[in-house]
Amino acid sequence: MGGIEPFASQPIDRAEHELSEFDKRVDALVNLLSHPSRALMRVDEMRNSIESLPPDEYDRTLYYEKWIHAVAEIMVAKDVIGEEELVLKLADLKEEDGEEA
Amino acid sequence: MSFAPGTRVTVRNDWPEAKGVKVHIRTPHFVRGKTGRIETLIGEFGDPEFLAIGRKDAPKRALYMVVFDRADLFPGTNAHNETMTADLYENWLEAAP
Amino acid sequence: MSGDHHDHLHTHDDHAPVGATEPRPEYARLERAVRELLIAKGVLTAEDIRKQIELMDSRTPAMGAKIVARAWVDPAFKARLMANAKAAADEMGVDTSNSATVVALENTPERHHVVVCTLCSCYPKAILGVPPAWYKSSAYRARTVKEPRKVLAEFGTSLPEGTEIRVVDSTADMRYLVVPMRPAGTEGWSEDRLAALVGRDSMIGTALADTPKN
Repeated sequence: MGGIEPFASQPIDRAEHELSEFDKRVDALVNLLSHPSRALMRVDEMRNSIESLPPDEYDRTLYYEKWIHAVAEIMVAKDVIGEEELVLKLADLKEEDGEEA
Repeated sequence: MSFAPGTRVTVRNDWPEAKGVKVHIRTPHFVRGKTGRIETLIGEFGDPEFLAIGRKDAPKRALYMVVFDRADLFPGTNAHNETMTADLYENWLEAAP
Repeated sequence: MSGDHHDHLHTHDDHAPVGATEPRPEYARLERAVRELLIAKGVLTAEDIRKQIELMDSRTPAMGAKIVARAWVDPAFKARLMANAKAAADEMGVDTSNSATVVALENTPERHHVVVCTLCSCYPKAILGVPPAWYKSSAYRARTVKEPRKVLAEFGTSLPEGTEIRVVDSTADMRYLVVPMRPAGTEGWSEDRLAALVGRDSMIGTALADTPKN
């Protein structure tokens, strides 16, 4: 990011943001999964996954949205979570939310 | 190769991410090709370029804090009495001529 | 203490706390799906998550302020802090077991450190809690290395020309904690009183420690 435009010409928004319950749960998941007692992911892998987002998606995605995207990608890549079971689970939750699956 | 504090070093002017391979590089773009000096040897750490792709066999690399004059990094900016440091792995550093 | 302590530093409305931003529904579902699958597989428990959140909530800049105040009054502790900040934090009861190496940087009349992470948002969370939103912002990360004096001025911090500004980019496995200068007029103060002068931003380097009010 160092010196990169357009960010290097933008004002710094100094508003203090509180974390949402979502933010806290995602932060907790990352800490628990990367703790040496589990060692299921590393922050390096998370950064790599986040940097792979297309630039426009990167810009509109919230900080902890990026994190959970990375956690999901890494857990599937390591087969801790099966890709198919994740897809099915997401479809169930979508239906529960009242959206067309 | 190890560098003593005060040694002038140049950061490799290398852009692996531009070669179309998915890589994770912890060397900021604005220090590549630039010359600074070793502030201190921080220690030895697993190479993040390996760790980022889940490799368990990441080689250990010496990590240095390298200090730059800010005027060298962003020419044209008013950088009187300003320095900046980055923590860089040994494989990105070469002794400056 | 941290929330109250900072309010008086920045009284402009645009720096007032704003509510949390909620994620988009697809990301909310992704979090729930991942969490529930991990729990179902026994990788972690709901209790683990609850405890981890409690730990996060317990970490505030007040911890860092106590460490700085101790360093101001106790030269032997300061020497230990500068040599190994993680061990010194442990000594003060901070759990740094899941933290990267922490390095303390001492601000002096000759050199002022300000910390940024241009590559992501590395921050000494074990000691200061979660970083402020601006620390994670693209603007702070892009501008601090390019025009640090201007950024500091926006935070209300102006330093003499003779003071070297050193921008410290935490690009790797170090987390940096700035030890601000002890304000004049605090001779003989207790650690608790001193700690109240040490705001979060002074430990990032965008601000100085507060000066005592008369």
